[in-house]
Amino acid sequence: MGGYVLRRILSTVPVMAVVALFVFSLLYIAPGDPAAIIAGDQATPADIERIRQSLGLERPFLVQFGDWVWRILHGDLGTSIFTSLPVTNLIAQRIEPTVSLMVVTLILSIGVAVPLGVAAAWKAGSLVDRLVMAFAVFGFSVPVFVIAYLLAYVFALELDWLPVQGYTPIARGFWPWLQNLILPSIALGAVYIALIARMTRATMLEVLQQDYIKTARAKGIGQGGILFIHALKNAAVPIVTVIGLGIAALIGGAVVTESVFVIPGLGRLTVDSILRRDYPVIQGLVLLFSFAYVLVNLCIDLIYTLLDPRIRY
Amino acid sequence: MSVVSDLASAPLAETPAIGAPKLPDILAPVKPHGRVVGFCLRHPTIVIGGGILVIMILIAVLAPYLGTVDPTTLAPSKRTREPSALFWFGSDMLGRDIYSRVLFGTRVSLLVGFSVAFLASFIGLAIGLSAGFLRAADGVVMRVMDGLMSIPPILLAIALMALTRGSVGNVITAITIAEVPRVSRLVRGVVLSLREQPFIDGAVAAGTRVPMIILRHVVPNTLAPLTVQATYICASAMITEAILSFLGVGTPPIIPSWGNIMAEGRALWQVKFYIVLFPAIFLSLTVLAVNLLGDGLRDALDPRLAKKL
Repeated sequence: MGGYVLRRILSTVPVMAVVALFVFSLLYIAPGDPAAIIAGDQATPADIERIRQSLGLERPFLVQFGDWVWRILHGDLGTSIFTSLPVTNLIAQRIEPTVSLMVVTLILSIGVAVPLGVAAAWKAGSLVDRLVMAFAVFGFSVPVFVIAYLLAYVFALELDWLPVQGYTPIARGFWPWLQNLILPSIALGAVYIALIARMTRATMLEVLQQDYIKTARAKGIGQGGILFIHALKNAAVPIVTVIGLGIAALIGGAVVTESVFVIPGLGRLTVDSILRRDYPVIQGLVLLFSFAYVLVNLCIDLIYTLLDPRIRY
Repeated sequence: MSVVSDLASAPLAETPAIGAPKLPDILAPVKPHGRVVGFCLRHPTIVIGGGILVIMILIAVLAPYLGTVDPTTLAPSKRTREPSALFWFGSDMLGRDIYSRVLFGTRVSLLVGFSVAFLASFIGLAIGLSAGFLRAADGVVMRVMDGLMSIPPILLAIALMALTRGSVGNVITAITIAEVPRVSRLVRGVVLSLREQPFIDGAVAAGTRVPMIILRHVVPNTLAPLTVQATYICASAMITEAILSFLGVGTPPIIPSWGNIMAEGRALWQVKFYIVLFPAIFLSLTVLAVNLLGDGLRDALDPRLAKKL
């Protein structure tokens, strides 16, 4: 067990190394001189030379990469070209809205999707099942910003139930905070709900045919107990896997959702940095998002052994 | 019903009408379907999805002849008109006809969707095959793919677009790079399980050379899952293109694409919702069609996969 945990943790090192190498080389893959790209369209040769000097671009590639990784390991993501602030500061300022959005979306999606999937599997072939599966197809097909605008139009503009856009820090009260996050979370969660509900249904269908479910039924255990204790627990591993993998879609979606609902989070920072070609910030953000994604999936792999004691590596 | 119609149609199709054996009474009420009709009845999603997609392709090809005007013509005096007989979908803040822009936008979406689906499948197939057959390459290639896969695909595409100027070609390249790792992993998985199959051993024992084994025995077996995957990639590429354009890092604003029209409607969406609404409907409908087609193909081509999803 201990050996497995250690090996699994170590296995993230090469993955993060590839991510880091990719993120670092972003500037070098692009056609043209990195210093000129950073300097932008209106730069003078002197500007470009100054940037080249400040970034140490004249040194060999691997030396620069090693230096860059070394600084990141010490918590230094570089300095924003546009604002001249440390990237870590910029991220710290913007992280709360994004984490809030993610957490609310996760709770909402799992809370809605798992019962939907269980109900669909329980009543397989029924109207409920068909509705859930139809919803799943729509969830996959309607892009996040389309859902976002439709929700905002109906519930904020026409019905005036919820704020149209913006963000309130949680320090100013739970309800104002949540109010601003409800519509964005539903918009962001739609794909995720579709994904989880579909996986829950498929796994539950398989589990419900197992002999131990018949045994449980024969023992006289109620439908709820069979579905949510005997079956769901045994169906948990693929469901949790898809929840972890779906985080990638959530991160991509958050960038869009924050733009539609004017939430000052990391997603907005990503878009703003890209429009300004603020490369150190872009690199820091891609690295951070990927690291979060890898970390979540690492934790999920470790949780497996708790969910299913049969799993031993 | 489908089983019965299969049984009934098979002898009818091959025997001449005069000498046709009389069917047992129990089958008589069932009107036998031809192969095509039977297939359509068994896979309604392929028909619906394919049907909508064909209509979209026709719209893209025939865009200039469908009552459209030049989608880039400016008419500042007629800006932000509500939908009417003159402007079927209204006009935007520069007075451009949204109906024409949406119809011409079909071209960009379909071009990006189909190109990415084709390129990503092709490159993914090549990488997956080499990883599956060259044990030396496998470790390195798959670690690189793992690394790329741990960058959320939309973020990866956005980051790549930040490096280059917005153009349709660059959008296609960026989305393709973001999609290739998933295809490679799928193909590699299929290849690894195929390698264990007796018919591959048989081919080896018969003295077939490796390239021929790959071409004759492995590639055809990857085509079914690859086709299904390609449709899903097509759907997600169209969404990603719209997102990139919407965020201002995709298709150049001069080219009408659904994401661009929505980006232009962004500032005014609270008062002029129709600017955002019409491209949104077209985008969702097209993606829905491709997804339905994918689901149908999955059920038709790969019943084992269908059970899993």
